[in-house]
Amino acid sequence: MSTINRDEVARLAGLARIDLTQDELTRLAGELDVIVESVARVSEIATPDVPATSHPLPLTNVYRDDVPEEPLPVADALAGAPSAEGGRFAVPQILEED
Amino acid sequence: MSASTHGGTAGSVLVDYDDAVRRYDPVIGIEVHVELGTATKMFDAAPTEFGADPNTQVTPVSLGLPGALPVLNRTAVESAIKIGLALNCQIAELCRFARKNYFYPDVPKNFQTSQYDEPIAFDGYLDVELADGTVVRVEIERAHMEEDAGKNTHVGGATGRIHGAEYSLVDYNRAGIPLVEIVTRPITGMGDRAPEVARAYVQTLRDIFRGLGVSEARMERGNVRADVNLSLRPTPDAPLGTRTETKNVNSFRSVERAVRYEISRQAGVLDAGGTVIQETRHWHEDTGVTTSGRVKSDAEDYRYFPEPDLVPVAPSRAWVEEIRATLPEAPVARRRRLQTEWGYADAEMRDVVNAGAIELIEATVAAGAAPAAARKWWMGELARTANTEGVELADLPVTPEQIGQLQGLVDSGRINDKLARQVLAGVLAGEGSPEEVVTARGLEVVSDDGALLAAVDDALAAQPDVADKIRGGNLGPVGAIIGAVMKATRGQADAARVRELVLERVGQG
Repeated sequence: MSTINRDEVARLAGLARIDLTQDELTRLAGELDVIVESVARVSEIATPDVPATSHPLPLTNVYRDDVPEEPLPVADALAGAPSAEGGRFAVPQILEED
Repeated sequence: MSASTHGGTAGSVLVDYDDAVRRYDPVIGIEVHVELGTATKMFDAAPTEFGADPNTQVTPVSLGLPGALPVLNRTAVESAIKIGLALNCQIAELCRFARKNYFYPDVPKNFQTSQYDEPIAFDGYLDVELADGTVVRVEIERAHMEEDAGKNTHVGGATGRIHGAEYSLVDYNRAGIPLVEIVTRPITGMGDRAPEVARAYVQTLRDIFRGLGVSEARMERGNVRADVNLSLRPTPDAPLGTRTETKNVNSFRSVERAVRYEISRQAGVLDAGGTVIQETRHWHEDTGVTTSGRVKSDAEDYRYFPEPDLVPVAPSRAWVEEIRATLPEAPVARRRRLQTEWGYADAEMRDVVNAGAIELIEATVAAGAAPAAARKWWMGELARTANTEGVELADLPVTPEQIGQLQGLVDSGRINDKLARQVLAGVLAGEGSPEEVVTARGLEVVSDDGALLAAVDDALAAQPDVADKIRGGNLGPVGAIIGAVMKATRGQADAARVRELVLERVGQG
């Protein structure tokens, strides 16, 4: 049974700002469906007492001391900017304030 | 799009506040973001000095450059734990960061590194004291770690605001500065006091941040920012109504005003038979209104997932207990203790708290003044001066140590109360320490009997009828003679000694 349809793929693509053709939507709906089903099968095996894994390595608490280091020179920081003004990145107008 | 809904109260009118809270039960929820005062950012070693030139405090991590990897700031975690403990929270044994995905130019990675379903601190409470001494317990749902965004400046357009702007400029100095976000559970049952509770809560948090030393917590710099959720329901047992979230309310007064405004506005919408829209609203400091922003995204729109570049945080219980041992006293408990120590009545203590004079009085007492005398100065003469000048008590050009010295001069009898006020005027005028002002202005009490006796004799001679009455055993008019002596000595006579001398002179001593 299919759990991911084309509309859901289109919505996700919109949220991720990815432009997909109709063919791609169809293909990805099928592929994502396989992935979701595979994960669902794992979930069936994993009992509630198995904690979720977010990282394959058994590492925790990797910290750094709160000591400043030399930041990027402003020219380097702006080197990749398509446009800059007064040391700031210039971007197209923002339609909506968060 | 949001621009078309600007204005927000279309189709309904504001309801008078008192009327609104008589007929609706307001429920508030508050999210407070505090910028931690660490030397470096949350995930990289870029410095965090305030007011630096644009984009001079950035690294590849702050800019989200390809391949840049975050490493967590230990001090930021410690500060988050401190905040959690001060809010009586549980500290997670293991928690993770998550990516909150959205596109906005001030978020250079296209996601904010935050915490989602595993906050570092949860299930706490904060006791908040209102102006009249009522203590309200605010339940804390969670406190989690995240990073701040950069700062946008909108260029062009008639008003320089976002609407009509031609383009925007972005400074990433603030991007990646550590934040802790504190989320309350719904605060119910406050009725018409909801706005006051909201304000007192944010104010108490600010005091806690400062007390813990985790942030300078300067509202005017945006170190502390509040988002205020509000909904109305017809009765306290009805289900919660639809809420709005008013963003970035950045002063205590605005928190109170924004809650008040939203209560009046939503009551208007409901009275007109409308439904409140779940949305973000913007607070306008100048006009005191909120206007419609965007319709709130669902959490799933953010496509949260565990941050793969950061390993879980698992603070050891030993570390947590070590941090707990360093916590200062909670504000409400501290007030209670000081009130007992100082012997102030409830009303006196409230006035002191409302005047922001606790620290000043504490330091004055530490400088040797009796608590009653310290209160008399700060809540009397100094409060009047601050009021006249329109400044906060703490901003007056006098220190608690100087008030302690001043009271010391009174206690030792070198000056009396009247002279002390003159000395204080000198200190406030920048003439130096109380001791220096006494010397420079020659304000010491005259208790030398020779000088005083001459003045007493003059006063008695000038008012022979009064002198006769006193001689006849009527001690009532003694004050008139003392007054004349004080006047003649420009207030510098030791009044008690003058009285003794008057009585001696008329044979009643």
